[in-house]
Amino acid sequence: MTIEFQFNGKTVRTDAPTDKPLLWVIREDLGATGTKFGCGIAQCGACTIHLDGSPTRSCVLPIAAVAGRSVTTVEGVDSKAAMAIRKAWRELDVVQCGYCQSGQMMSATALLEGNPSPSDDDIDNAMGGNLCRCATYHRIRAAIHQAAEDLSGETA
Amino acid sequence: MSGVTEKKLAAQVSQGLNRRKFLQVSALGGAGFLIGCSESDTAAPSAPSAEAEAVATSPAPVETELNAFVKIQSDDTVTVVVKHLDKGQGVTTGLPAIVAEELDASWSQMRTEFAPADANRYANLAFGVVQGTGGSTSIANSWEQLRLAAAGARAMLVQAAAAQWGVAADTISVADGRLTSGDKSASFGELASAAAEQTPPEQPVLKDRSEFKLLGTNLPRLDSAGKTDGSTEFTIDVQRPGMLMAVVARPPRFGGKVASFDATEALAVPGVARVVEIPRGVAVLADSYFTANKARGMLDIQWNFDEAENRSTAELEADFKAMMDQPGLEARNDGDAEAALASAAQTIEQEFHFPFLAHATMEPMDCVVELGAESCDIWTASQIPTLDVGTTAAITGLDPANIKIHTRFAGGSFGRRAVPDSDFVAEAVMIAKAIDGESPVKLHWSREDDMTAGRYRPMAVHRVRAGLDEDGKISAWHHQVASLSILTGTAFAAMMTSELDPSVVEGTTDLPYAIPNIRVDGYQPQTGVPVLWWRSVGHTHNAYAVEVFFDQVARTMGRDPYELRREMLTDHPRHLAVLNKAAEEAGWGTDLGPGRGRGIAVHESFNSFVAEVIEVTMSESGDLSIDRVVCAVDCGFALTPDVVKAQMEGGIGYGLSSALREAITLTNGEVDQKNFDRYRPLRINEMPKVEVHIVNSGEPPTGVGEPGTPPSAPALANAIADATGRYISRLPIADQLKA
Ligand code: FES
Ligand code: FES
Repeated sequence: MTIEFQFNGKTVRTDAPTDKPLLWVIREDLGATGTKFGCGIAQCGACTIHLDGSPTRSCVLPIAAVAGRSVTTVEGVDSKAAMAIRKAWRELDVVQCGYCQSGQMMSATALLEGNPSPSDDDIDNAMGGNLCRCATYHRIRAAIHQAAEDLSGETA
Repeated sequence: MSGVTEKKLAAQVSQGLNRRKFLQVSALGGAGFLIGCSESDTAAPSAPSAEAEAVATSPAPVETELNAFVKIQSDDTVTVVVKHLDKGQGVTTGLPAIVAEELDASWSQMRTEFAPADANRYANLAFGVVQGTGGSTSIANSWEQLRLAAAGARAMLVQAAAAQWGVAADTISVADGRLTSGDKSASFGELASAAAEQTPPEQPVLKDRSEFKLLGTNLPRLDSAGKTDGSTEFTIDVQRPGMLMAVVARPPRFGGKVASFDATEALAVPGVARVVEIPRGVAVLADSYFTANKARGMLDIQWNFDEAENRSTAELEADFKAMMDQPGLEARNDGDAEAALASAAQTIEQEFHFPFLAHATMEPMDCVVELGAESCDIWTASQIPTLDVGTTAAITGLDPANIKIHTRFAGGSFGRRAVPDSDFVAEAVMIAKAIDGESPVKLHWSREDDMTAGRYRPMAVHRVRAGLDEDGKISAWHHQVASLSILTGTAFAAMMTSELDPSVVEGTTDLPYAIPNIRVDGYQPQTGVPVLWWRSVGHTHNAYAVEVFFDQVARTMGRDPYELRREMLTDHPRHLAVLNKAAEEAGWGTDLGPGRGRGIAVHESFNSFVAEVIEVTMSESGDLSIDRVVCAVDCGFALTPDVVKAQMEGGIGYGLSSALREAITLTNGEVDQKNFDRYRPLRINEMPKVEVHIVNSGEPPTGVGEPGTPPSAPALANAIADATGRYISRLPIADQLKA
């Protein structure tokens, strides 16, 4: 069965087994490796992508469920919020090993898209599903606040 | 790797002890010189993807190698060859910073590439003739080496300019990647090929620290760009033409073996290419990881557990304790602790229990192997690449000179990728061999594989006793540590000078407090559970036992735990300086209000000194919130202060995470925690605010990757005791809070 969906703004088709998780279609079949694997059971957030704009764990999402929908990954995300997040991440040197950071940034971008000035509690709620074993949490929080300020300055 | 042991190793290697093993390793690693680099696939890991693409479509700049560590491109890019693994600790920023400083380059022209496995050129000088990353040694062992390499390269550029311009060398100044004399001026790139013709100076002149322009300032990380747009390539991202994905069904108990298996069902899954038995289990190869993993679940395997570790955690603990009733291996003996305890006016004692811990790096272990008739190419992130070359040679029978390691960025390591028997690399090579190299293979562990494969921080039991004399002073300290040896029976056994593995007791034998009678005994129980260094190694549990027990003794004496530490550390100025700094910045002594507590701990590891003060809030129902951590660190000269801060923040988060909830336990030999649902690391809502203060002692730079971790758990426990009156002696803490 051929499944068609939007991937980073382009239409793509796949004949992958319908139970193959989106994560592996993205990484193995579409060759976009910025989205990472960490647990396979929706516990770590390394595989976070946007599905029709919502942060989603791609490791547990069968490709069949993606038919006709729109998928955005770290390689394709380019909203204002995404740009502000990336800039803040670089300015504050958030990364250590970097492996979790695609997922962190996808979750953070979705947060800012829905909530332009998140509180610490909002950040805890939105980012609680993303593990970072390098424990860069402290800087992730600061970078989200900085990106939010950046965005509010732009619109003001 | 432990600070104690690495120094010993270097000494032993230089004295020729156990020369056989290390000559073997060095011979394996000596695969000839790297000449040029146009064909090196390790190119510019720090270059952002957009630039990498641009390079591919425009004519490649000409590269000139000035020495083993410094290359200059005609486009003025300076590439530093990084001999250490980047696992997030910042070597791709810290090492180029040293070069940029002595070269007088501008920071924006700096790039990095990973060195090939070559123990002759790229050995860790703290380890002997082994290329390795560990023990927080990357900066310390590279410091002089890279300064000399860069100063030498600078001198060659100056000589070349002097010859070209017909001016005296001392009229030439160098700044921001340009050489200038009067009205003449040229960039590094313009002079590089002429510089390569010059004779390198025998004794390059190094800058005085007062002349530093870059070092000591906050340089932006060179790896940030690639790690924030998804372009940085980790091992898991490596693609090779025709590559198969492999997973391995391993014995569910350590030391188990395959008795027999039936792969009929697995082979029937569309996409499955092969099922092969290897010495470590049964491997399934398929066109997709998803398929391989699914088919693995369909294997019907009979296991043989005759020689396996079949005990449960409680039985292991009982065996550890029984051993501690007997005399141990003496690790330190000052005065007469037994006699002083016998005559003490009061004695205090405590038993501590520490579980096995998994490294649980975010990227599970993985390795790509392309095996040819006479050569083998390996893509992985290894802390000891020259050892992996040796392992691969042993498995394949290939000439080590034809085994090439292509180092990739590591998605975390914390010690996990420094494996004496190269476990995951060996497994991948075994699979490639089992299919006669017919396709490239990517071995990719699932989280469950990674969590249950062993190589844990050793489980440990401690017994500590202190005696107080008539004047209320601590007169005796007896510390017994039972924990598993990491080194015994491995390629690193040479680091042991006696039967006692120094990593078992490190951090207890150098107890800094002025106590007249001190005795430390080590015990090394045997289990079938493989163990490994885990961010700060023995210090993880030893610092906890020492610093929590000391606190407990202070409170029993009615003393303020900070004041008593100060009083008893007068002979240890570096401990004292960080202790005072952390206490002062944290506002030690001020009232925190009800339900709150404050704890302190100080510890030396890897030649760096760290003190931490932690503030907590305990709710009436026993819920814990870690509110604030104030850290003071003396790591000698801090080259890149922001990287030092990041490593303290990360090391503290890692330590708190383990203390709070992490534990690997066994039931009849089988690991109970298989994924992040039961092995539950710290999350963002639990991460406290961390403030890091760097205390500059003026000493040469020392490690920062590990030393932030040891004081964090005891400072937390001491804060909880301040709030509740109760010292937690069995980890993880969360299990005890509501007990
Ligand atoms: S890999 Fe999807 S949440 Fe961990
Ligand atoms: S940066 Fe390493 S896991 Fe998050």
